[in-house]
Amino acid sequence: MDPLYEVELAAVTKRYGSSIAVDSISLRVPKAGYCCLLGPSGCGKTSTLRMIAGHEGITEGDVLIDGRNVTDLPPSARGTAMMFQNYALFPHLNCLDNVAFGPRMRGERKVERHRRAREFLDLVQMSDYATRFPGQLSGGQQQRIALARALIMRPRVLLLDEPLSALDPFLRVRMREELKRLQRELKIAFVHVTHAQDEAMALADLMVVMDRGKICQIGAPVEVFERPTSAFVARFIGGHNVLPWKDKLIAVRTDQCVIDRPGAAPGLAGRVSTVEYQGPTIRVGLKTSAGLEAAVVLRDHVFKERPLSTGDEVILSWPEACAHRLAA
Amino acid sequence: MTERIPRPNPIDARPWTFYALAMLFLFYMLFLYGPMLVIYTLSFQGPNGGVTFPLTGVSFEWFRDVWRPGQMANIPVAFSRSLTLASAVCTITVVISLAGGLAFRRPFPGAGAVFYLVISSLVMPGLLVGFGIGLGFQFLGLQPDLFTSALGAQLTWTLPFGLLGMFAVVNRFNRTWEEAATDLGATPLQRLRHVTVPILLPGIFGVALSAFTLSYDEYARTTLTVGAHNTLPLEIYALISSATTPMLFALGTLTTAVSFLLIGITLVVVLQMQRRRREWASRS
Repeated sequence: MDPLYEVELAAVTKRYGSSIAVDSISLRVPKAGYCCLLGPSGCGKTSTLRMIAGHEGITEGDVLIDGRNVTDLPPSARGTAMMFQNYALFPHLNCLDNVAFGPRMRGERKVERHRRAREFLDLVQMSDYATRFPGQLSGGQQQRIALARALIMRPRVLLLDEPLSALDPFLRVRMREELKRLQRELKIAFVHVTHAQDEAMALADLMVVMDRGKICQIGAPVEVFERPTSAFVARFIGGHNVLPWKDKLIAVRTDQCVIDRPGAAPGLAGRVSTVEYQGPTIRVGLKTSAGLEAAVVLRDHVFKERPLSTGDEVILSWPEACAHRLAA
Repeated sequence: MTERIPRPNPIDARPWTFYALAMLFLFYMLFLYGPMLVIYTLSFQGPNGGVTFPLTGVSFEWFRDVWRPGQMANIPVAFSRSLTLASAVCTITVVISLAGGLAFRRPFPGAGAVFYLVISSLVMPGLLVGFGIGLGFQFLGLQPDLFTSALGAQLTWTLPFGLLGMFAVVNRFNRTWEEAATDLGATPLQRLRHVTVPILLPGIFGVALSAFTLSYDEYARTTLTVGAHNTLPLEIYALISSATTPMLFALGTLTTAVSFLLIGITLVVVLQMQRRRREWASRS
């Protein structure tokens, strides 16, 4: 019987002494799924990843990969491969030998392992760099080598620890596309740890928002963005105002909010505190009379019709259907 | 019309302390290398010359004298004895201090106590350490010898230095390299052989070299533990206190040359390793 899920975490817990890093997390990543663990630093996302990889002991709970309990297996017996945050390429080996390292440890013959390593260098478009040493490569190139080195192990699951955070913003977007392309072509599961919500939204089929060792919300990026369940999620994924309204806490998207002159409509009174030009949109920051921060993102033509400047008195409102109730 | 004279900007001028400290450094250099230069020069003294200036000629007489086994001392034999002992001390020091350096990366029960125990042997007076070891051997009815008591006595000196050196070497080692190796299926032994040691190799060479030279000119700990056969420093000391001829200077010049040779060889080996890596790169 073929299990439905590639990776399953069942009540996985990690304790360091008396402090709890990961608190009874349960999660299922479907076959060939792209899962992003998203959260602020210290939320337990990296510990979770390292427990899946087997580089960190599991205090309680089980990790299943392809339906098999791997909780007590060493990293290389799990069917996972990990790409480390700073890539951890071996500085004394050239790119070809870095990629061929895994097969070499299994005792594969030199001709064979070099032939296969070249295939994987091809896959990440680094064939021309086979004889270079890691120190001679740029960050993006190092990352491709690290990818090839992990993929040559033919993992069922590729684990990526903040793979894009060391790259400049331009390269980050390109490597993001590359990761998605590879994942689609290889049809294996990716579990990707990040603190950048735009990265998670661009890549993930399954987005897991974490905070303080717990999962706050799991779902497709569009579900999480359109229906955040808590104030933390709404704030962390951005693009939302979290406001008290009629004795409830609601989240409403900043691009669905409306700004009017005082008295024109019912809403929250406030004062413009910042106006940021962002090209196609303008972000207007507000401070409500209750002292809360809020923002409205306006299309540039809308803003041009009724320009605002810092200090203007305004009313913030939104269509009732756009507001989502939050659990406090 | 007034002509403008370019003057140095007072902000760019060096303060007087620069010159004072430069003078201090100059005196230090003189103090360090002056006597050595005198010795190197006088080692080429003419056959009838003495241990002081003036030079009565230029000859290699005293260098030849070094190689002649004399009544007082047998330099070539003592030299080879020193070399073999230093090689043994160097090998043992590297193996143990590498293991220790890797072990100390993770806290273990009693780590602090072990560390201070190791370091305290640096503080203990060498002569007393040697004396104690000599006494111990006598007490147990053992004959002190080059590769028993002397080897042990020198290790009490080179091991703490080796460990401290290895701390600095291991400190720059990123543990994720080891994790990556494990992730790629390496066994602990493969990890050590293919990742940890190769990455640390230049640093390990440095520790080896320092252990070798520490042993090669060790005197205090060796003198009471060496037994019947002298190492080179002991032989030289015996010579100084008995006969003084320019042969001693020639010996000094030779040992300096040996040290530089050793450093040179190490340097060439390290450079060769790097070049070979690059050549492999261009071949494949």
